Amino acid sequence: MAASPLPPPDPQFVLRGTQSAVHALHFFGGAQGQGRPLLLSGSLSGLVHIWSLQTRRAVATLDGHGGKCVTWLQTLPQGHLLLSQGRDLKLRLWDLAEGRNAIVDSVPVESMGFCRSSVLARGPERWMLAMPGGGSDEVQILEMPSKTSVCTLKPEADAKPGMPMCLELWQADSSPRPLLLAGYEDGSVALWDVSERKVCSRVACHPEPVMGFDFDSQKARGVSGSAEKALAVWSLDEQQALQVCRTHELTNPGIADVKIRPDRKILATAGWDHRVRVFHWWTMKPLAVLSFHSATIHSVAFATDGLLAAGSGDQRISIWSLYPIRSDASTPSLGHAEGREVGTQALA
Amino acid sequence: MDPVQSAVALTVREALHTLSSSEDGGHLLSTLGALKRYLSGAENPALPGEQEEFARMHFSAVLRCLVGRLSPGWLELLPNGQLEDLWASFFLEGPADQAFLVLMESIEGAAGPSFRLMKMAQLLARFLSAGRMAAVMEGQCRQLTEPAFRLLQETLLIKVVGLPDHLGNRLQRENLEAFLPQNYFPLLGEEIMRVLQAVVDSLRGGWDCSVSFLSQVLGKACVHGRQKEILGVLVPRLTALTQGSCLWQRVCWRLVECVPDRATEALLTGLVEAASGPDVLSRLLGNLVLKSKKAQFVMTRKILFLQYRYSTPMLQSLLGYLAMDSQRRPLLRQALKELLETWGSPSAIRHAPLPQQRYISSALLICLAHLQDAELRDSQDELLASLMAGVKTRLDSSLPAVRRLGMIVAGVASARIHPDGPPLRFQYEEDELSRELLALAAPPPVADSPSEAEASPAAETPDRGSVDSGVPQAQPEGSGSDLDSDDELVPYDMSGDQELKSGKAPAYVRDCVEALTSSEDWERWEAALRALEGLIVRSPAAAREVSVELAKVLLHLEEKTSVVGFEGLRQRALVAVVVTDPAPVAEYLTSQFYALNFSLRQRIDILDVLTLAAQELSRPGRLPPQCGSPSPTSQPSSTQAPAWRAVVQERIRSKTRRFSQRSPGRGPDAGPNEFNLVAGYFFFPLIRHFDRPLVTFDLLGEDQLVLGRLVHTLGALMYLAVNTTVAVAMGKALLEFVWTLRFHGDAYVRRGLLSAVSSVLISVPAERLLADLPDELLEARPWLADVAEQDPDEDCRVLAVKALLLLEKLRDTLVPLSSP
Repeated sequence: MAASPLPPPDPQFVLRGTQSAVHALHFFGGAQGQGRPLLLSGSLSGLVHIWSLQTRRAVATLDGHGGKCVTWLQTLPQGHLLLSQGRDLKLRLWDLAEGRNAIVDSVPVESMGFCRSSVLARGPERWMLAMPGGGSDEVQILEMPSKTSVCTLKPEADAKPGMPMCLELWQADSSPRPLLLAGYEDGSVALWDVSERKVCSRVACHPEPVMGFDFDSQKARGVSGSAEKALAVWSLDEQQALQVCRTHELTNPGIADVKIRPDRKILATAGWDHRVRVFHWWTMKPLAVLSFHSATIHSVAFATDGLLAAGSGDQRISIWSLYPIRSDASTPSLGHAEGREVGTQALA
Repeated sequence: MDPVQSAVALTVREALHTLSSSEDGGHLLSTLGALKRYLSGAENPALPGEQEEFARMHFSAVLRCLVGRLSPGWLELLPNGQLEDLWASFFLEGPADQAFLVLMESIEGAAGPSFRLMKMAQLLARFLSAGRMAAVMEGQCRQLTEPAFRLLQETLLIKVVGLPDHLGNRLQRENLEAFLPQNYFPLLGEEIMRVLQAVVDSLRGGWDCSVSFLSQVLGKACVHGRQKEILGVLVPRLTALTQGSCLWQRVCWRLVECVPDRATEALLTGLVEAASGPDVLSRLLGNLVLKSKKAQFVMTRKILFLQYRYSTPMLQSLLGYLAMDSQRRPLLRQALKELLETWGSPSAIRHAPLPQQRYISSALLICLAHLQDAELRDSQDELLASLMAGVKTRLDSSLPAVRRLGMIVAGVASARIHPDGPPLRFQYEEDELSRELLALAAPPPVADSPSEAEASPAAETPDRGSVDSGVPQAQPEGSGSDLDSDDELVPYDMSGDQELKSGKAPAYVRDCVEALTSSEDWERWEAALRALEGLIVRSPAAAREVSVELAKVLLHLEEKTSVVGFEGLRQRALVAVVVTDPAPVAEYLTSQFYALNFSLRQRIDILDVLTLAAQELSRPGRLPPQCGSPSPTSQPSSTQAPAWRAVVQERIRSKTRRFSQRSPGRGPDAGPNEFNLVAGYFFFPLIRHFDRPLVTFDLLGEDQLVLGRLVHTLGALMYLAVNTTVAVAMGKALLEFVWTLRFHGDAYVRRGLLSAVSSVLISVPAERLLADLPDELLEARPWLADVAEQDPDEDCRVLAVKALLLLEKLRDTLVPLSSP
């Protein structure tokens, strides 16, 4: 279109000091107007770093996984509770309020896989946790914080989808029934009705295992990346049936993580080819290829103010500011994280 | 005596007497009126017998008398120019040939510019514009043979065609427009057309006519070099007239046939040039080539082999003409055979200038396009044999243009001549020349002859290979149908998004050597190759430890996987090694140049590397090696393309002699020429063994391409050794070397020799040249002069002239030194 396209962007700044590969990223706070958010990063060496985006330094380090890789970080919308999942087969619950950083609880994880868990907050003191279960193809649902096992979602005997690779619990605005999206080792994505413990729909998106996906509950559309050279975009229709809308070819194979920005304008992928790719979420038009890292990127995350973080095997976290969210546009369109909160409050 | 004769004679004698003596206007008028009765078409004419007698015997005499009386006073004897009109009417209405001859005679006879001369010239112009020239020529066509006829016709012919010359000579600056050749010859053409029309009409009426005088006029005009003017008028008219009329065609064929032999060539080339296509040519010429030996020679030998100034459309109409009739087709086959022989003949390749070779190639391809498969099959073996011999000779040539022609023609010709077997295929880049030639190979439009249509699929096959099937794939852009407007999300530049190569680049020179020699991991091998140059430049000390070993590895390195830019990478690495540790590595490389068991490619690589390294070493203001590390952030993949271009630029520069001083861009950082110390290692081992053939390598024999490169390299090394102490010794050795090879048959080698001489003249200080090498210079001079005049290769001539200029300059600088 334009005669000379914009030159490839540079990162806004880079966070160094994890001293091992970064495997998990999560932005914390910032939505409530309390200044810039904090960034949490989980590393291969089992540490969780809390970075201030103002001073661009680590403000705290949490060591709770015995030197084993931290694969997933998530904060609960209310309070200052942090969930971290590690390869030491533990899911730790941290209290970060008022500068504390103590383990308040711990849940054993029975799966040796790389699957990240997912939470669905149903109230300030009531939330649901989905994590890979003991059987190789099972997903376990827990009622928290009581840690009571609600159910185990096990595919039918003849389905053989392999291990779950990524999970997302969510709830449609119209119905109180919690739903679970799960990406499996055989490249399929399945939608579970948790309360009925059955698969509503399942669609094969990739020939390779699904490595990461993200789901836009307002548009009922999701995007998933796998070990192959393509992204798949799929949607959920009225009958809760999944179908693949389109695939998008990439230059290099391997996507470790996919995230849609809270304003649902763009999405970012973490590539094994050391590059972050940014797409227009609705048209899937490629917008940018961010090449800064020199090793596989394991995780990407968006802050509610639009900041993008990418954590890579080269022990660095790059922070990018692309296509800033316009303030007038951001007010009416809430991100799906907030959407979930709204649903929660309605429930409560 | 016949009474008619005597009566006419008496009247004319009286009249002539009156005309020559009388000053009385009325008397003159009546006398002239009486004479005029004898002209045809006058009022109350005399008897036809008398008219004939007057025209035959007395008309010229009367005209001469009239010319003789012409003066301003005489014309004014009667008012209103009555006398002048009457006077002129004799010339314009009487028998045209005699009137014309008298006019020409009187104009030529005039002593100098005078009233009479001007009057006569104006009268001649009126004569021409009145179309009387047609009458002159028509008269000759109808005349039956008479004894004096031949002589008269000859005279008339000379006058008709030579008119512009005669008039130009006579009138000098006062010449009239009508007599200028560019006006006269088109007029002559028009007149010829009128005569031809008359001839055709009378033939229709059943009268006999001859066009031989017209043929002679036409031929002579063409011999005078006026083809364009006269044929420019004739050919379009004849083209139209012969379209549907057999009679016109026959007249036309006869016209061409009757042209004398010595004018055939001029006429035929003119016709081929003017005719718009083979069918027109065929209508105009008929089977002339079969009837006339001379015409056959011109059409099938002279135009094809001895000359090469004609355009491709001309060739197309000529060969198309040969192809149009079954009787003429054997000539076309013969022409193809001979063209193919000439195309492949080593002597023709060596001595014919390049444009001629291109011309012959075009003719060859056009021939092929016209011939059918069956015809080709008859002489398939013969053709194939001479084609293959030619291909071999051409591919052996060291001139790229000759090789290219060989590849293009061979590709097409082999497909046509030997349609059953696989065609020869060569890799060459398409350019204007190749496209043009390939277009010629396509068969002519089907309308010309239906039989060509069958041959078309076979002729097209070579084209198919060269057409790239790269269909651009349009990516349908997902247009945002929703309200999320795209305009705020402008994409960034994503050109850097390429396939990722897993980076396993070694970090040390030794690791690279190990990876290149023993690694079976091709990614590592490629990474090592890519990293090598940078590593050598960054750590010269480490590179020096393994320099010779590294050079050996690189020299023997083969491209086992398809690495983009392999040649460039290897060459740059080698150059870096040589620059880092010049003496031992250059010694090694030069010794390997004459070693057994190397391919020509490797030997040429050695030469290129030595030249580039010498250039790098001698570059003024070269950075010290330890500072010359490239910025580490630059990715090798992204810098690759510009670096490659730089190498090409460098190579071009190394092959370019610069005779002017280098522009002082790097003026401040002057330093010693690093090449000074090591120039000998580069130069002398190379020049030492060139005349000792090995089993696998014979510089003076078959491997003349390498010899050419060697000579160029030596010249470049000589040039780069400017201001060094060894330059004199090098110059002496190089001049001796040049002297032994000066009559080499290969143009590329000769070019190298000439540029080497220039390098010597530039690099060796003038006084040393004269002190140490006077004999060599004296010997070189006549040789250079000889080459500058006689060499068939244009570049050689130019280079020789340049060397001569340098010699002149040298003498100029020395003369003022010695004279005071």
